[in-house]
Amino acid sequence: MTGPMILTLTTFLPLVGAMLIMGLRVVGGANMASSASKSISIVTSLVTLAASLVALSQFNPNVVGYQLVDTAPWFGGSSYKLGVDGLAISLVVLTTALMPLCILQSITSIKDRLAEYMIAFLLLETLMIGVFCALDLVLFYVFFEGGLIPMFLIIGVWGGKNRLYAAFKFFLYTLLGSLLLLAALVYMSIVAGTTDVVVLQEGLNPETGALLFPPEVQTWLWLAFFASFAVKLPMWPVHTWLPDAHVEAPTAGSVVLAAVLLKMGGYGFLRFSLPMFPEASMLFQPLMFALSVIAIVYASLVAFRQTDIKKLVAYSSVAHMGFVTLGIFSFNEAGIQGAIFQMISHGVISGALFFCVGVIYDRMHTREISFYGGLVHRMPVYAALFMLFSMANVGLPGTSGFVGEILTMVGAFQASTWAAAGAALGVIFSAVYMLTLYRRTVFGEMTNEKLFDIKDVTGLEFFILGLLAISALGLGVFPGIVFDLTQGSTMEVLRMIGR
Amino acid sequence: MTFQEIAAIFIVLAPGVAAAVSGLGQRFLGDRGAMAVTTTIVISAAVLATWQFFAWSLGGQSGGAVTIVLSRWFNVDTFIADWAIRIDALSVTMMFVVTSVSALVHTYSIGYMSEDPHRARFFAYLSLFTFAMLMLVTADNFIQLFFGWEGVGLASYLLIGFWYKKPSANSAAIKAFVVNRVGDFGFVLGIMALVMMVHPVAGVDYAQFGITEFSSIKFDTVFAVIANNAPVQVIGQAAAMPIQDVTFDFLGVHVWGLEMAGILLFIGAMGKSAQFFLHTWLPDAMEGPTPVSALIHAATMVTAGVFLVCRASPLYAVADVASSMITVVGAVTCLFAATVGLAQNDIKRVVAYSTCSQLGYMFFAAGVGAYGAAMFHLFTHAFFKALLFLGAGSVIHGMHHEQDMRFMGGVRQPMIFTWAMMLIGTLALIGFGIPGTDFGFAGFFSKDAIIESAYASNDAFGPFAFWCSIAAALLTSFYSWRLMFMTFEGRYRPNPHAHHDDHAHADDHAHGHDHAHAAPKDGRAPAHESPWIMLVPLVLLAIGAVFAGFVFKPQFLTSKADAFWQGAIVREADPLYGPKGIHPYGAATEKHGATEGHAPAAEEAHPAPAGGEHAAAAGAAEHAEEHHELPLWVVWAPFVVTMTGFIGAIIFYLMAPGVPRRMAANGGPMHSFLSHKWYFDEIYNFVFVKGTAALGDLFWKVGDKKIIDGMGPDGVTGLAKAGAGGLSKLHTGYIFHYALVVLLSAVIFVAFVLFSQGR
Repeated sequence: MTGPMILTLTTFLPLVGAMLIMGLRVVGGANMASSASKSISIVTSLVTLAASLVALSQFNPNVVGYQLVDTAPWFGGSSYKLGVDGLAISLVVLTTALMPLCILQSITSIKDRLAEYMIAFLLLETLMIGVFCALDLVLFYVFFEGGLIPMFLIIGVWGGKNRLYAAFKFFLYTLLGSLLLLAALVYMSIVAGTTDVVVLQEGLNPETGALLFPPEVQTWLWLAFFASFAVKLPMWPVHTWLPDAHVEAPTAGSVVLAAVLLKMGGYGFLRFSLPMFPEASMLFQPLMFALSVIAIVYASLVAFRQTDIKKLVAYSSVAHMGFVTLGIFSFNEAGIQGAIFQMISHGVISGALFFCVGVIYDRMHTREISFYGGLVHRMPVYAALFMLFSMANVGLPGTSGFVGEILTMVGAFQASTWAAAGAALGVIFSAVYMLTLYRRTVFGEMTNEKLFDIKDVTGLEFFILGLLAISALGLGVFPGIVFDLTQGSTMEVLRMIGR
Repeated sequence: MTFQEIAAIFIVLAPGVAAAVSGLGQRFLGDRGAMAVTTTIVISAAVLATWQFFAWSLGGQSGGAVTIVLSRWFNVDTFIADWAIRIDALSVTMMFVVTSVSALVHTYSIGYMSEDPHRARFFAYLSLFTFAMLMLVTADNFIQLFFGWEGVGLASYLLIGFWYKKPSANSAAIKAFVVNRVGDFGFVLGIMALVMMVHPVAGVDYAQFGITEFSSIKFDTVFAVIANNAPVQVIGQAAAMPIQDVTFDFLGVHVWGLEMAGILLFIGAMGKSAQFFLHTWLPDAMEGPTPVSALIHAATMVTAGVFLVCRASPLYAVADVASSMITVVGAVTCLFAATVGLAQNDIKRVVAYSTCSQLGYMFFAAGVGAYGAAMFHLFTHAFFKALLFLGAGSVIHGMHHEQDMRFMGGVRQPMIFTWAMMLIGTLALIGFGIPGTDFGFAGFFSKDAIIESAYASNDAFGPFAFWCSIAAALLTSFYSWRLMFMTFEGRYRPNPHAHHDDHAHADDHAHGHDHAHAAPKDGRAPAHESPWIMLVPLVLLAIGAVFAGFVFKPQFLTSKADAFWQGAIVREADPLYGPKGIHPYGAATEKHGATEGHAPAAEEAHPAPAGGEHAAAAGAAEHAEEHHELPLWVVWAPFVVTMTGFIGAIIFYLMAPGVPRRMAANGGPMHSFLSHKWYFDEIYNFVFVKGTAALGDLFWKVGDKKIIDGMGPDGVTGLAKAGAGGLSKLHTGYIFHYALVVLLSAVIFVAFVLFSQGR
C-alpha cells in the first residue's frame, strides 16, 4: 500500500472500536460489554475526529485534484483507492464531528442492548467515511451499500412501534436503486477496463483518448446512477421512505440519517453523475429542476400539515435537499458551491433539530405536536435553542441555512427563472410550517398536566445543542471556511462538465 | 482609524452585544441588570449617532462617504459581499433616527413594562432589533441589507409575540413574519436578477467607472454600472450590452432587466413597509407591547422599504416602469389606509393605519423621483409617529390597559401632560403650518414637499398621486382629531362589559369595579398620569416633532442639500428640488476622465454632469427659487383640506357625537366595509391560509399516502406480508435477504469482470 495512510486510518478507526466491543461482548458477556462500550465508543469517535482533523490540516485547498491518496491493488480493474478533495474532506469532517455527539446522546437515551447498538453505530461511521473517501467505483459501492445494513438494524432493532414497516420501506427503496447502480457499474467497468474514479471522470480511454461513453450510453448510465442517488437524497417522488424511517429511528439514528446519509445522494451526483456523464446531465437538467422544485414546494406544504414533530422535520429535510439538487444542476459556481454548503449546513441544522426533538421525546415519549404546548414556561433554555435552529431552518440570514439557499437560488436563476421562483416560494412555506410548529409546541399556555414537571435541558444536552448552535451561526457568518475548501472541487466539476 | 469610524462601529455593534449579554446572561444579570445594560448601551450609541448626524448635517463636515469593512461574508464568483459599515448621508440619517428613537423607547419601557415578569427578555429583543436595523441601514451591499431586513423581521416576530400566552399575539407574530416573507420572495428574486445582469464583460476595465472590485451585489458596483450604463455580460446571453438595454425572460415574459429588478426589490419593500396588498400584518402587529409599536411598527422597521428604494435610487432613477408602480402603490396605500383609519376604534390601530398611510406618502414621493422628500418625511415621521404611539401607550397605561376609544373620553384633565404631547404629535402628523412661511410643525415641511413634488412631477401617475394625497390629507386630519376628541374630550364613557385587563385582574373583584369602571360625576376618566420615565421620552420626541422639519429642511431638500447628500441619493430626477445633484458615480467617472486625459467610454456613457463641480456649484445657487413655479392653490390645498378635516371632526365628535355612533350602530355597508378593513383579512384567510392547508392535505393524504405509497412500497409490503409468516421471522428474514442480495451482487460483479477480461 502506498500513500500517507491518514485516510485509511480515519476510515477504519471506528471499525477497530466496533470490533473491540464485539470482542468484549463475546468474551465478557452483555453487561460488561454494555458498560465498556460507552467509553470505547466515545474514545473511538473522538480519536476518529482527531484523525480527520489531521487529514484536514494536511489537505491543501489550493491544489487541484485528489489528495492524501492511498492505493493498493485489488482485483481486475479495481483497486483499493482512497483520496479526498475539498468536497469529500468537508463531508468527512461533518461526519466525524457529529459522531461523538450522537454517541453521547445515545449513551443516555438507549437503554436496551447498548453494546450491539454501538457496534452498529461505529460500523456505520466507517462505512460513511469510506463513501466520501473512495476513489474507486467498486469500493464506493461496497461502502455505499454496506452503510445500509447498520442503518437498517438501528431502525429495525432500536426503533419505535412501527419500526419493521419503516425498515422494510427503507430497504425496498434502496434495494431498487442499488441494483440499477450495480448494473451500470458492471457495464462501465467492462467498457473502461477500470473502475478508477479519476479515469472515469476524465471520460477518455487512457490509451486511445477516445470518449469512453457516447452520449446515448451516458443517458442510460446516468439514469441508473440517478435511481440510486435520488432515493438516497431523497428526491420526490421516491421520498416517502424518509418520514417513516425518521419517525421510527432512535434520535441519534435520525441525526445520522438526516445529517450524513442523505448527503451521499448529493455527493454521488457531484462526484459521479456530473463529471462522468456531462452530456446526459445537461440533458436531464429540466427533469432535475422540476423534481427539485416539486420537492421544495410539495414537501413544505406536506410538512405544514403534519401532526408528528419528527415527520414534520423529515419533510422539511426533503424540501431542503431539493435546494441541493437545484444548485448542483445549475452547472455554475454559485449553484454548486451553494449546494455543497447546503449539504453541510443541513447536516448541522437538521441534526440539531432531531436532537431537539429527542430532548422532549426522551422526557415524554411522544412526538405528537398536540401533546405539547407552552414548553417555554418550563424550558426557557430549550426554547431559545429550538428557536435558533428553527430560524436556521427557515434560512434566516446570519445562519448557515441562508447561505446555501440563497446561493443555490442565485445559481438556479441563471439557468431557469421558473426554478428559482419555485424555490423562493418554498422559502415562504418553510416559515409557515416551522413557526407553526414552534408556536404549537413551545408557545401558548401549558395546558397538558403531564408537562408540568418537564425539566429543561441537561448539561449534556446543552453541550450538544450549544456546539451545533455555534456551528450554525459560525458557518452563517463566516461561510468562507467552507467555500475556501470546496472552491477547487467546484471548479473541477465545472471543468469536467464543460469539456 | 478615525474617531468617526470607531464611533460608527460602536453604534452598530454595541446594541448587538447588549442583546447577547442581556439575552444569554439574564440569569446572572436579573431584570434590572439587563435593563441597565441594554438601555445604557443604546443611549450611548444614540449620543454618538446624534453627534455624527449633527456633525454631518449642521457642522458641514464633508469627510465623504466611508465604508468600514469588518470581514468578508460571501466570495463566490461575482457574488461578493462583506460585513461592512457604510457611512454616508443616508446611513448617518438612519443611524440617528434608529438609535435615538430606540434609546427613548428603551427608557420609556422601563416604566411601561415595570410590572412584566420577563423584562430581561423584552430588553434583549429591543436591542436585538436595534442591532439588526443598524446592520440594515449601514450595509454596503444587498445581502447585508437583507440580513438586517430579515433580522428586524425576526425581532418584530419575537416582540409581537412577546406575550406568548395570548393566542392572538402568536397569530399576529406569525402573520407578520409570513407576510414579510411573501415580500422577501420578491426581494431575493430581485437580488438574483441583479446577480445575473451585473456580470462583467471580459476585457472591459471597470476601474474607469470607479469600481475596484467587481461584485454583483455591492452597491458601489451595481450603481456605478447602472449610472454609467456600463457594458455587462448577462449570464446565458451571447452578446455583451449596456446594462440599461438588458432584457431577459422572466417566468416566460420578456422583460427589461432593470425594470424587473426594480419591481422585484419593491415587492420586498411592500412587505416590510406594509403597502397595499401586503399591509395586513401591520394592524395585527399592535398585539405587541406599545413601545414596540412605536419603535418597530412606526418609526424604524416599517420605513426600511422606503430606505431601500432611496438607497437604490440610482436603479429607480432609470427604471420608469418600476418607479410608476411605486407611485401608484404608494398613492393607493396612502388613501386606502386613511379610509380604514376612519372607522377603527382601537386607539393603536388608528395610529397603525395612519403609519401605513404615511408610508404611502413616502413611497409615491420616491416613485416620482423626490427621494430627498421621501427621506425627509421618513425622518420627521419617525419623531411624531413615535410620539403618538408612546402617547397612546401612556393613555393605555393610565387607563388600566383600555385600548378602545369608545370607552375613553374625559382623559384630558387627569392626563394633561400626555394630552399636550399627543396634541403636538397630531399637529405634526396632519402637517399643520402656514403655507408660504417657515412656520409649522415637522410634518408640514416634509408632507407638503411630497404633495408638491407629486404635483410638479412629469410621471404619468403624478396627478393621481397628487389627488390621492390631498384626499388622504383630509382624512388624516379627520381621523387624527377624531382620535384626540374621542380619547381626551367629552365625558368618560365606561366600558359596559367590565373589561378586565392583565394587571388590574388580581384586585378587580374586590374593589376594581367602582374604582376603574364606574363613571365619576364630573365626567373625568379614572386615569392617572404616567411616571416621569415615560414622560421624558415624550418631551424629547415632541421637540423633534416641532423642530425637525424647520431645522433640517435645507439639508434634506434645499440650500444645503448637495453638501448634505453628497450623492447618496440621486437628485437629478427630483421634480421640485432638482436637478442639481452631483451624481456620485458620475462624479467619480468625471474625475477619472480628467486625471487620465480621455476616457471616451465614460464620457459617452454619462454626459449629463459634464460641467463637473462648476455646474454643481452653479446649481446650488439656483436653490432660492424653489416654490415659485407652483400655483398658489397647490401650496394652499393641504392647508385647506386639513382645516376641513379638523372642522369635520369638531362637528361629528364634539358637537354631535351621536351621529357617528348611530352610523356605527346601524352598520351601513360603507361603515362595515371600512371597519372590516376592505375585507382583506377575510379574503386572504379564505384564499391563502385555507388554500395552503388544503393543498398540504391533498399532497400528503392523496399524493404521498394513496398514490406514491399505495402503488409503491405498501403494495409490495402487502404481498410480502401475505407470503411470509410472523413479524419477527419477517424481520430477521429481511437482513438475510439483504445480505444475500449484497453477496449475490458481488459475485455477479466479479464474475462479469473476470469473464470480460478472460475474453
